[in-house]
Amino acid sequence: MTEARRYSANEILAILSARQLQDGQVVFAGIGVPLLAATLAQATRCPALTILFEGGVIGAFVEPGKLPPSTNDQRCTKRANMVLGSADVLLLLQRGYVDVGFMGGAQIDQFGNLNSSFIGDPAKPKTRLPGTGGGNDISSLTNMIVAMKHEKRRFVENVDFITSPGFIRGGTSRRDSGLPSGGMFRVITELAVFGFDDRTRRMKVLALNPGTTREEVQDNTGFRLDFDEKIEMTAPPTDHELAALRKLDPERLFTA
Amino acid sequence: MADVLVEPYARLRDSMAQRDRSLREKVVSLEEAASFVQDGMKVGVGGSTMSRTPMAMIWELIRERRKHLSISRCIVSTDGDLVFGSDIADSVMTSWFAQGILWGLSKVMRHHVESGNKRFEEWSHMAMGMRFRAGGMGVPFLPTRAMLGSDVMHQRPEAKQIDCPFTGEKLLLVPALNPDVALIHVQRCDPYGNAQMDGLQFMDIDLALAANRVILTTERIVSNDQIRREPDQTKIPFFCVDAVVEVPYGSAPHECYGLYEPMMQHMEAYVAQVNSDPVKGMKDYLDRYFYAPKSWNDYLALIGMDEILEASRKGRSIYND
Repeated sequence: MTEARRYSANEILAILSARQLQDGQVVFAGIGVPLLAATLAQATRCPALTILFEGGVIGAFVEPGKLPPSTNDQRCTKRANMVLGSADVLLLLQRGYVDVGFMGGAQIDQFGNLNSSFIGDPAKPKTRLPGTGGGNDISSLTNMIVAMKHEKRRFVENVDFITSPGFIRGGTSRRDSGLPSGGMFRVITELAVFGFDDRTRRMKVLALNPGTTREEVQDNTGFRLDFDEKIEMTAPPTDHELAALRKLDPERLFTA
Repeated sequence: MADVLVEPYARLRDSMAQRDRSLREKVVSLEEAASFVQDGMKVGVGGSTMSRTPMAMIWELIRERRKHLSISRCIVSTDGDLVFGSDIADSVMTSWFAQGILWGLSKVMRHHVESGNKRFEEWSHMAMGMRFRAGGMGVPFLPTRAMLGSDVMHQRPEAKQIDCPFTGEKLLLVPALNPDVALIHVQRCDPYGNAQMDGLQFMDIDLALAANRVILTTERIVSNDQIRREPDQTKIPFFCVDAVVEVPYGSAPHECYGLYEPMMQHMEAYVAQVNSDPVKGMKDYLDRYFYAPKSWNDYLALIGMDEILEASRKGRSIYND
């Protein structure tokens, strides 16, 4: 685990997330690691990546050292191509202009459903969480990448409340609910990269992060994991990736 | 005041017919503007998160101890804490309610919602936008493809799932939202209420069109001649607007695009105080910053010159290079 000491959990989340993006894509990014990952991808491999923010920004170029504290702040608009109303930028998702949505997550289940609304019974919650923000719209209307901390209490068999739908109850249930397009595409954690089975729509391990074992991933997950036939080992963050990331967030606002 | 989910069209039109939509001066004080907001009203709040929050107007309503307001806003941050903590609002309708990304969950919101004392009614972000837009369009609903299949939808029987009469696809109809009054803060407007907004507009244009009354607070009042030189920059027309109040730093301690960033030291201290004790901490905060000052300027003085100038320097330098 000497490799792990070279970077924080959020740093590997941001770097592995950035690797999921391709040049030329249109990406709808949430705040925190997603914003950092999209900006890192743009600064390294994907100069033609277009970043959208829910505040109403099309084509953001977030400046190193000037990360916005939310995707609804004025810093998000600097050097953007266009500023729209929030509803209008969300409608771009519905029309299909967006390739990938990119969010953090509080709680996720075996079908990729996200919960950011309630812990416990929604009628009498143990904890009332902040709610969906743009998460429900993004996950309903495009392919979703989620970057999140890997803990048993976050990776649960069924979420207490589906704030942002993944594949709902698996199989064809997402399409049957009226969501024919998009779905959960990737989940990135500090332990592994996950995809979803084409038929069952259950989460499966695609690749293990450097220094991680199958047992470690399963032990930190609250449901039985499937493993892809050909599990890959993810290449560790390069010096170039780490340097670019640290340049973006010198105050370690989102990478600490 | 509406006691139904969707205002009947005839009532919406009656309310519009009674508004004085002439090109006339509407400049009033914060106190006078507050009289448009009566106990029990549905109040739409402009801006989002920590941006262009009509904080001065909220400040005045808290000081006047309004009761039983229902607040709607696209994204709610510490403004939501304040309306719950001061007990002027019973419910907040929004897609997201926390203290801001940097501080996370609101203990004030949690205290009031988990005890069943107050209501946090959650919709998807786009659904909030479509509700305001339907309200502004004068139609009772708009269809969306979001919220389908989620528990956010299952909690909202007010939204109706239908099979599209053209394609047979599932769609969700979200009801129009026509607030009794909207509070919107802008960078500049003329005395008639022609409002020019810089930067992020959020849902404010739809909100202004949807509401039955609009109170504009503005960083500065400019002449109608200046508005007419750049009419394409006018985002809210005067005939939507019922009162204009000039309030420099009217979003403090939140930000106003191009002029000032959030006053972060004040925000940090606020969050620490109310999170340590959501009841007593909030009460002390309100006593000090809301009830004690004699005027908005006194409130700004309490935030302090250093903070305000620092936020201004940062806000104005963003576009320097």
